[in-house]
Amino acid sequence: MQGVSHRPEAGFSPQPTPPRKGWNRPQSHAAKPKRDPAPSRLAYRLNRMWLTPGFRKLTRVGLPAFVLAFTTLLWLSDEDRRASLAGGLTGMVEKVQNREQFMVNEMTISGASTPVDKALRMMLPVDLPASSFDIDLDQLRQDILLLDAVKDVDLRVKPGGVLAATVVEREPVLLWRHARGIEQLDEQGKRVASVTSRAVRPELPLIAGEGADRVAEEAIRIFAASGPLLPRVRGLQRLGERRWDVVLDGGQRVQLPAQNPVAALERLIALDEAEDLLARDVSVVDLRDGQRPTARLGMTAQNSIRAARGQPLLGPDGKELPAADKKS
Amino acid sequence: MKDIYQLQRGMRNMRQAALQRGVVAVLDIGSSKVACFILQFDGPGVLYRETDGVGPMAGQSNFRVIGAATTRSRGVRYGEIETMAETERAIRTAVQAAQKLAGVRVDHAIACLSGARPASYGLAGDIPLKNGKVGQGEIAHVLASCEVPDFGRGRQVLHAQPVNFTVDGRSGLMDPREHAGQSLGVDMHVLTVDADALDNLIHVIRRCDMELAGVASASYMSALSSLVEDEQELGAACIDLGGGATGVSIFVRKHMIFADAVPMGGDLVTQDIAKGLRIPMGVAERIKTLNGGTEATGRDDRDLIELGGATGDWETDRRTVSRADLIGIMRPRVEEILEEVAAILDAAGFDHMPSQQVVLTGGGSQIPGLDGLAARMLGRNVRIGRPLRIHGLPHQLTGPNFASAVGLALFAAHPQDEWWDFEMPAEAYPARSIRRAYRWFRNNW
Repeated sequence: MQGVSHRPEAGFSPQPTPPRKGWNRPQSHAAKPKRDPAPSRLAYRLNRMWLTPGFRKLTRVGLPAFVLAFTTLLWLSDEDRRASLAGGLTGMVEKVQNREQFMVNEMTISGASTPVDKALRMMLPVDLPASSFDIDLDQLRQDILLLDAVKDVDLRVKPGGVLAATVVEREPVLLWRHARGIEQLDEQGKRVASVTSRAVRPELPLIAGEGADRVAEEAIRIFAASGPLLPRVRGLQRLGERRWDVVLDGGQRVQLPAQNPVAALERLIALDEAEDLLARDVSVVDLRDGQRPTARLGMTAQNSIRAARGQPLLGPDGKELPAADKKS
Repeated sequence: MKDIYQLQRGMRNMRQAALQRGVVAVLDIGSSKVACFILQFDGPGVLYRETDGVGPMAGQSNFRVIGAATTRSRGVRYGEIETMAETERAIRTAVQAAQKLAGVRVDHAIACLSGARPASYGLAGDIPLKNGKVGQGEIAHVLASCEVPDFGRGRQVLHAQPVNFTVDGRSGLMDPREHAGQSLGVDMHVLTVDADALDNLIHVIRRCDMELAGVASASYMSALSSLVEDEQELGAACIDLGGGATGVSIFVRKHMIFADAVPMGGDLVTQDIAKGLRIPMGVAERIKTLNGGTEATGRDDRDLIELGGATGDWETDRRTVSRADLIGIMRPRVEEILEEVAAILDAAGFDHMPSQQVVLTGGGSQIPGLDGLAARMLGRNVRIGRPLRIHGLPHQLTGPNFASAVGLALFAAHPQDEWWDFEMPAEAYPARSIRRAYRWFRNNW
């Protein structure tokens, strides 16, 4: 207690001063360390890696490409998604194709007869109206050209949705009778149509025999050359796919050579005019040997000759009739 | 003298690889800042036209700086690495910023050492010429014949440059090849540093994922960039006033003949100011930079500087000091540094040089009035040197405090011939490798 004075001096209290309620003394806060940026080792390494050209290219090109391919394949790995994608694409394509501007509404056919017209309309693969993308014109043309009656066809889609077909039909100039029926042929021998009987087209000349259609042009030339004989000509017959026989009415037959039949026929016509050969009872005129035309007499003529000679008459089968007959 | 060059040979190979790639980083790890330049080598530049009489422009035309960055140094004291992790952070900061500017990645770095107690040695060698002519082999022989003093334990050779060749008493030859004569002599300048400091430098750069492709003395590098060609030829001393160490190097006949460093620098001046005025180091550095000087005039008494501060005490934070007081604190320390430099120059025999030019460079050379002070203490011919301009360097990095970084760039473009750049004489090869080569020949032919 020595430090405490018991003799208070004026102005001083013996009590210790109470703790002063002062204001907060501004504390000097520990100075924050200055911002001292330094890249961490990882950041430094990553930065250097990023500056490596190969790595950079790999990241900027390779990685996006890989992610894109991977997600696409992942997405496509599902069957339903693939189907829906394909359906969506098809729908989109169809939507464009079915626009009004691409639609074909009608088909006009010019230059075709009624059955060909009908056949063409039947051959159109789609029902009209249809999109012009659905009609393959080339294929359609090939198909149409398979028709015998059509020689050529020109197909085009015209503005306004018109499929215009210009058809050139084959003109029948011959009738060809063969084992399976009668057909009309054009001048090249191509089949045009079948007919049920000769009477359907009586104005067309008739040819017959196997392989006659392949030499139709020669047949036409023979018909053209037959001139005055024409009213009597019933038709041409191809024999052995080698030569022609001209069949005249009354069963008369002119055998033409395989080579140069027109000239032979002209010679026969000249002979006929001079000698009136064909008006006689001649069943066959053989012109196959150009040096020497040969005529076979008809049965009546032979029998007349035989009767005059007193020989037995010949029957229709070419054999001598028995004497009993002769008597009667 | 063979084993100690293994490291240098390795670094030379690394440097050649870096030049092949065309990109190399230059690192100046100083006590106050870390600077990183990224150089791109692309052959002779467009400015270099032999026909126009334009020379190679001191080797500057074939490279340019494509990225440059600088940052506050951390963990470096007296020019030596003190805290490895902090130094690594500083290097990472500078290198990353420079790489970002350059847009390329660098894997090779050339660095300089400012401290590490450099010691210069002058070596001499002499051999008789057997065939009366100097060839490449003879040069290697004479270099190998230099008698090497005991450098002491833990020393590593940083530079070993032949500075002078003598053929039969004809001295002062730069390139003695093809000379005829009876004997060949060489003078060599060898600079050794502490091996541990060098190892630390190699290690810290390796920790930054780079390879050290070359190392040089910082005082040598500042001299390369600050001395003009005539000064290098006629003789000059370059004094690099750095933050933690002051480097001294003496040049004559375009060769460095002496280098040393004083472990004192601008940081000491800052420390004195901080102690004398009782202010933080940062404030002291700022006041030194803005208001420092070495020559007080009457006007400086009236020039009051606000010290500022953040102590919370109004009286303390409101102090002012006159500029004369500041100069009074700075000047003795600068004088002390210059005295040390003068002692080094005396020891090196700078008085006997034909030309006694002194060039001050480095960040400390920016103190106003330093040239007058230095002229009084070191000799009459004193100038403040700034580094050469190099292509592509931003303007704010061209000050004298970047002298050694610029010098490193020049050094990377045009390295000086060193001992290890010459072919090793055949008998100096270890016998084992000869035997191995012989065995290889016998087995394969």
